[in-house]
Amino acid sequence: MMDQRAEQAQEPVVRKQSVGRAFWPSMPGQLLRRFGPLLGLVLLCLVFSSLSSFFLTFDNLINVFRQSAVNALLALGQLLVIITAGIDLSVGSVLGLSCVLAAMMVKAGAPSGLTIVAAIAIGAALGMVNGLLLTRLRLPHPFIPTLGMMNVARGLALVISGGYPISELPDDFRFLGAGTIFYIPAPVVLVLVVYTLFHIFLTRTTLGRDIYAIGGNQQAALMSGIPVARRLTTVYALSGGLAALGAVVLAGRMNSGFPLAGMGAELDAIAAVIIGGASFFGGVGSVWGTLIGALIMGVLRNGLNLLNVSAYWQTVVIGTVIVVAVWIDVWRQRAMKSRMLISK
Amino acid sequence: MINRTEPLLKLSGITKSFSGVTVLHGVDFEVRKGEVHALVGENGAGKSTLMKIVAGIHQADEGRIFWKGREVQIITPRQAFELGISIVHQELALVPSLSVAENIFLGRYPARRLVFRWLLWREMYQRAIKLLRSLGHDIDPRRLVEELSVAEQQLIEIARALSSNSELIIMDEPTSPLSERETTRLFQTIAHLKASGVSIIYISHRLKEIFEVADRVTVLRDGHHIITTSVAETDVGALVRCMVGREIRKQAEALRAQANKEEALRVEGLAARGKFSDINFTVHRGEIVALAGLVGAGRTELVEALFGAGERDAGRVYLNGQPVRINTPADAVRYGMALVTDDRKTKGLVLGASIHFNVALAAGREFARYGIFLNGKKEKELVGQLARELRIKMADLEQPVVSLSGGNQQKVVLAKWLSAGSTIFLLDEPTRGIDVGSKAEIYQLIRQLAERGVAVLFVSSELEEILHLADRILVICRGRIAGELRREEASEEKIMLLATGGGK
Repeated sequence: MMDQRAEQAQEPVVRKQSVGRAFWPSMPGQLLRRFGPLLGLVLLCLVFSSLSSFFLTFDNLINVFRQSAVNALLALGQLLVIITAGIDLSVGSVLGLSCVLAAMMVKAGAPSGLTIVAAIAIGAALGMVNGLLLTRLRLPHPFIPTLGMMNVARGLALVISGGYPISELPDDFRFLGAGTIFYIPAPVVLVLVVYTLFHIFLTRTTLGRDIYAIGGNQQAALMSGIPVARRLTTVYALSGGLAALGAVVLAGRMNSGFPLAGMGAELDAIAAVIIGGASFFGGVGSVWGTLIGALIMGVLRNGLNLLNVSAYWQTVVIGTVIVVAVWIDVWRQRAMKSRMLISK
Repeated sequence: MINRTEPLLKLSGITKSFSGVTVLHGVDFEVRKGEVHALVGENGAGKSTLMKIVAGIHQADEGRIFWKGREVQIITPRQAFELGISIVHQELALVPSLSVAENIFLGRYPARRLVFRWLLWREMYQRAIKLLRSLGHDIDPRRLVEELSVAEQQLIEIARALSSNSELIIMDEPTSPLSERETTRLFQTIAHLKASGVSIIYISHRLKEIFEVADRVTVLRDGHHIITTSVAETDVGALVRCMVGREIRKQAEALRAQANKEEALRVEGLAARGKFSDINFTVHRGEIVALAGLVGAGRTELVEALFGAGERDAGRVYLNGQPVRINTPADAVRYGMALVTDDRKTKGLVLGASIHFNVALAAGREFARYGIFLNGKKEKELVGQLARELRIKMADLEQPVVSLSGGNQQKVVLAKWLSAGSTIFLLDEPTRGIDVGSKAEIYQLIRQLAERGVAVLFVSSELEEILHLADRILVICRGRIAGELRREEASEEKIMLLATGGGK
């Protein structure tokens, strides 16, 4: 059918659009994917603002954003991994280990800037190990190396710290977690800057495109000359590095490097990515969607707190939201698939 | 006993539209009992849609379906199945980790009810053996399907259809993954089926086969029924004319000036244990060389090894006279090599992504600013230009490739390598599963490439294609080069003789 339609229009229509890439089909289903999460966030905000007069205040909204910052950073790394059709279970533990190491370093008198760079390097190195285990040892699925790293990194964090938090950190180290820039909390600014950089990375660079291609069809990417192993290693390293950046923010906010930091954070990060419209099967996902996913989780927690819903029930609600978000996605994809079958 | 003229299935005036575009215009079609009825037409002619209507996957907007003379409604695949209609899919639908017998009786296991349903393994195996024997084959029903060859797997699908007493089996391109010998075997199986009164709708792009296997043939073009005729009363030329609605002129067999004798690719002593050994050959710039041989002779393994995607234990490769080390496809691409894989869906394309994305896949760095940042405008210009040159039929560049026909998908793969500026093309079965019209276009494209000085090495199982395209033919037999033929001296017989090991 496509053939016939095309015959009528011999000249391919090159649609005008921004320089970036809109390589996924422009169909109604895509609209839902692109704006669905945003719509969800807006609806959620409307509901909470009608139930609590405090919700829609500048202070509260900024607070939500600030509280979502760590999850947003972890989710960004997780997004890169999920676009390649992988998963990184180690981000929470990598955060914990980097948190402890950074706190020890800065307590030992290292300059703050250097400590932050070192922490990120450590996180990236841990992530790189994940990538190398996956691509060089050819472990069957990223689940395995990252599950291993999740335990190893957490164990090391506990061993090195002896299980005790390392508190009372210098103020300039704490800036990224607790400082403000023109009334805006530094972590919020940091998230926006990092997200913008990664948006450019994913949509405007060859590396970004390679990552989508690997997730779309790894075999085809390989056969097209994309160095798949190297790209995957890079992606896991980035995920580790972002987790460490999250550690710096968290340590600053809590004024402490504690070995149990980021327990279970990997699951929140995965949830944010999925709620944000990325596909577990790879090849699909966007930076802004993920940010909205992280904010949806933050708004939920904040709103439920304002309404005095117990933390136990909050978990139930978040679990439900994850399933519903994915269900909407599956339903959307099924609709799109049937359109595709028809057009064949 | 069998009344050969009674229609088993009769479709009359079938019309079907999808979102406003009519893909079938009042098509009439009938299948008699015990007949093999071939259905041909270019991709997009409406064959698949018509068959999906028969199989209950789609419903017709207008028209009636009669089964054994009685009008029926086929709303679901289950209903079609219960009437006795089965499809043997192009992509086989088997569970690889289960046994042959389990696959044959999948979902309908012989069982006895005693609180639970208890499997009757012995009965299952016995019935499986009987079924396979009736098809003229001896396959141990305890074997796992993943251990079987494609041909054997196909047989299991046919056996599955028979086990449910199907009276009509639709075969969609059954021979495209098969070797010549397996094809002969399949035709024997079809003869068995026919003799026992089963009717077959046979869809194929290989027109020659139709004259071997079918009783009648129906041609569809652009959703219209063009002709139904007994195969005895037609020939390949006439069918092609019906299919394309015009004469495909035989390419002028002008012997292309073999001007260039500059060496582009030289291979010395290439070997991979158990796959191929002692491979030596040279391909010159502007030359088209074919790798002929039976399926499983090691041809795919050889080209993939050359491209850095397959194993190899020994041997040297020279490009333009310089020794090179190619360990990964990324290396190969950097040296200007291109590989059009045998399976474009799993190895060549990101199916869910757009034409644009796929074409730009290999070229990435070519257009990028500072080697990193994408240059969307320049990229889009080039992709659009290639799409026009290759006459890819599409709505726009952002259309997902999964919605294109096989021929157009293959053009996207070729465009990908053209945009990367490759100078050595390795093509593995470049026209597999592609309709006649697109085939001719792809041949022309390959020739143009050669004229531009590109060195082409292609693997093909179709002798006609090899004789049509190649300047030189290397015949592989059991992992070794059994012989080399120049275009002038080559013939189907000579190639087959070498390929089957009868050359010496």
